[in-house]
Amino acid sequence: MRRSLVTDHSEISRLFKVRAIVAGLFSFLLIAALLSRLGWLQIVEFAHFSGLSKENRVRLMALPPNRGLIYDRNGVVMAENRPTYHLELIPEQVEDIDATLAGLGDIVTISERNIEQFHTSMRTHRPFESISLRTRLSEEEVARLAVNRHSFPGMDIVARLSRYYPQGTSAAHAMGYVGRISEKDLNTIDVSNYRGSTHIGKTGLEKYYEEELHGIVGQQNVEVNAEGRILRVIDKIPPLPGNNLVLNLDMELQHTAEQALGDFAGSVIVIQPKTGAVLAFVSEPAYDPNLFVHGISVKEYKALREGDYKPLFNRALFGQYPPGSTLKPFLGLAGIDSKVIGHKQDIRCIGYYTLPNDEKHRYRDWKRHGTVDLGDAIEQSCDVYFYELAHRLGINRMHDYLREFGFGDKTGIDLLGERSGLLPSKEWKRRVHNKIWYPGETLIAGIGQGYMLATPLQLAVATVALANKGKKVQPRLLKEMRDTNGEITAMAVPTTTWIKLKREDRWDHMHKAMQRVLRGKGGTARATGWKLKGYEMAGKTGTAQVFGIAQDAEYDAETVARKLRDHALFISFAPLEDPEIVVAIIEENGEHGSAVAPIAKAIMDKYLLKEDAK
Amino acid sequence: MPSKYQFDTEYQGRFARALQIIRIDPVLLFGLLILTLAGLGILYSAGDQSVELMQKQVVRLSIAFLVMLVAAQIPPHQLYLWTPWVFLVGVILLLMVFFAGDVGKGAQRWLKIGVRFQPSEIMKLATPLMLAWYLSERPLPPGFRSLIISIGLLLVPTIMIAMQPDLGTALLVGAAGFFVVFFAGIRWSVLIGSGLALLAFIPILWRMMHDYQRQRVLTLLDPESDPLGAGYHIIQSKIAIGSGGLYGKGWLNGTQSQLDFLPERSTDFIFAVFAEEFGMMGAAVLLSLYAFIIWRGLYIADHAQDNFSRLLAGSLSMTFFVYLFVNVGMVSGILPVVGVPLPLVSYGGTSLVTLMAGFGMLMSINSHRRLLSR
Repeated sequence: MRRSLVTDHSEISRLFKVRAIVAGLFSFLLIAALLSRLGWLQIVEFAHFSGLSKENRVRLMALPPNRGLIYDRNGVVMAENRPTYHLELIPEQVEDIDATLAGLGDIVTISERNIEQFHTSMRTHRPFESISLRTRLSEEEVARLAVNRHSFPGMDIVARLSRYYPQGTSAAHAMGYVGRISEKDLNTIDVSNYRGSTHIGKTGLEKYYEEELHGIVGQQNVEVNAEGRILRVIDKIPPLPGNNLVLNLDMELQHTAEQALGDFAGSVIVIQPKTGAVLAFVSEPAYDPNLFVHGISVKEYKALREGDYKPLFNRALFGQYPPGSTLKPFLGLAGIDSKVIGHKQDIRCIGYYTLPNDEKHRYRDWKRHGTVDLGDAIEQSCDVYFYELAHRLGINRMHDYLREFGFGDKTGIDLLGERSGLLPSKEWKRRVHNKIWYPGETLIAGIGQGYMLATPLQLAVATVALANKGKKVQPRLLKEMRDTNGEITAMAVPTTTWIKLKREDRWDHMHKAMQRVLRGKGGTARATGWKLKGYEMAGKTGTAQVFGIAQDAEYDAETVARKLRDHALFISFAPLEDPEIVVAIIEENGEHGSAVAPIAKAIMDKYLLKEDAK
Repeated sequence: MPSKYQFDTEYQGRFARALQIIRIDPVLLFGLLILTLAGLGILYSAGDQSVELMQKQVVRLSIAFLVMLVAAQIPPHQLYLWTPWVFLVGVILLLMVFFAGDVGKGAQRWLKIGVRFQPSEIMKLATPLMLAWYLSERPLPPGFRSLIISIGLLLVPTIMIAMQPDLGTALLVGAAGFFVVFFAGIRWSVLIGSGLALLAFIPILWRMMHDYQRQRVLTLLDPESDPLGAGYHIIQSKIAIGSGGLYGKGWLNGTQSQLDFLPERSTDFIFAVFAEEFGMMGAAVLLSLYAFIIWRGLYIADHAQDNFSRLLAGSLSMTFFVYLFVNVGMVSGILPVVGVPLPLVSYGGTSLVTLMAGFGMLMSINSHRRLLSR
């Protein structure tokens, strides 16, 4: 330092002065550059940033409406919104994520998948945002977490409303379920009405009445901070909750039907013939719709979709079965109405039938019935009679009559995706198979086999027309809609059409014939008929072949595995004089219609006599 | 004939003399006081009007001014004698951080000795001191050999801090050292040449950078690419500044800051709060205040009477400028977010103390001048 004083003092201070001036100019220039940057932001771009700032401050938030509830006709809750508890973490407040996850894992079950999903959403969220770790905590888990809350900072137990189906598997196929809104759903909905909604009806009534159940979204302008915390609500349009649905279903009857069907796969449809009200809608096996609300695992889903008897499959709506002998009452009406046969006219049954020009080919009957008229043929389910009748009618006339009863057509029930079954005709075979119609196929169709297919629902609806003596009523699951105050906002009005026969007494002939199925000495369901008390039932048994059996081969149930046994069918209505209930049953692998007649009796006893099945 | 006017000047003279005795430069003190008071005002707004926060900052400011007062009492020749030791201790502490540091915010920059503090803060003063010490011993402008050694002395702490990693402090330490060399009279051709060489060094630097540092640079180039992550700070800060307009939204009325949209608003991003609430006019006044302090620092440097004092004063003044420029540049989105506080305004203790110690040294240089010249 001393030395610097003795060096050329003036030259060094001149050099230094230049440097100081340069440095000063340099810094003032850059400060001016900062100022011009501020000028750019605050003057030139002011409008832009001012707009962004206002947007930042006021946020429009959607207020999702509460989904409408669903009740059965007696007010039993079928679908409700329950608070469910979810475990969430705010990563910013958690000191050691892995340790916390491990610690929480000792208290509640946290799967690998939970952790994986947690890490995935952690990457897409800001650190102060709450991230879901576990959904649907049980009450016990909530309690255990609450006790240990202090040792897990950043942990939160969040309550949300979610759909709950207290009836579980019961009537699940009618109810359907809600699930998370998918990409596909977004294409079909008014997205703005679903802002804030997370779930949507996926199948069943939940889907069919989605619009009514969902309600109308509300909105509020709120002042929020960057953490998304609401500081103040500026204005608010409350959401309009969805309508509540009151169904025609009678859960007591539904349970009776489900119990009566037991552990068989199949379907039971119960309809009020006068109104078309669907009182029971059974498709077994069923699934628990609650599994779908929070997302079902691929494994679970696969088990339901492809498992034994396919629980996800809605048999009532999608199951297409050969109607077998249950078609006979409708064909019988067609026969006597078109006068190809008189209702008292006899036909000789020798146990088999041959076409006039093909004596070798025998069409089997299940037994020799001897001389039978229409009443006998229905009572004993004589095939030969109906071979002859079909032969006389011809397939096209059969097609036209059956069509009147709704075969080959959708019933128009308030569910989506219904199948229309199959009602063959010459024209149909040419169109679809590009083949001519063989006379033998007419005979097979005459006993409800061959190409003929019908859904359980179609059978029930056709039986309604039969019970109503021609009045066809569209089946309805919905009885009425009510708003949150309980005021009825809409009522289901049944659409009716009439089947006109040339003589009205044909209906009575057929009703009596069907009564003999239960009451007649040779009635196929006489075992059930003997036990009837308090009312008269009309019915018809049916058997649908699952397994192709050679014409003359003996059918041996013992040797055939259960899944290859015939399906048992039964259609029925009661009371005979003024029908109030129609029951159609398909029991898969039930072997014979007479075996399922007791199911119909149990349901009718319950409904007509208010008696529980024994 | 004593008049009222005379009494006034006499009084003022007495006040100035009092300051002179405690070696405080009234001009610099005026600038610093106005700036810190403005800083407290904006901190009150940025810190959600928290009285507790204000109290803490007032305590820190008091300590910082006290440190300045103490530093002003140390004559430059005394400082000169201590310099190599200070530098050595600083480097050792940096090494200790390396092996025994506390991790804070993903970087090792804290050392626990009684209280947590960052040794890199010491280097903000030790580095320019050391370089001034070294160069003032040699003939000026420096020759090639002393230049190389100076650069070595400069790079050791800078790289060590950059590896912590603390890019902001490394930048300030590097700048402080650079300005010593600059004031020492390094030739323009060498300066421009090494500037170009540094440009060529950028790709290598890029490879040495930590991921989060690279991310900061990338985000600076396109902040909208990551609006909720790394770009969030810059986007929100630009909205705050831009929406302030010419006159601002008014004190305590900045929605960006009051509604929590702006992150780190009481520390690194406090300038955005100021610009939002006081607009461009207010920002221009604030920047002028900084310019005034820088000017005063350079004036003191120019009037210093030995090379050590000159180099140190020049470097301290320009480091203060770099502080300002990097902070405002980063808040307004023209420089990467490197974590440099707005000097004397941002909430926080350590940088405040080192800054004021630096100003104390400036005052010491200024007040000891006459004694020397006498």
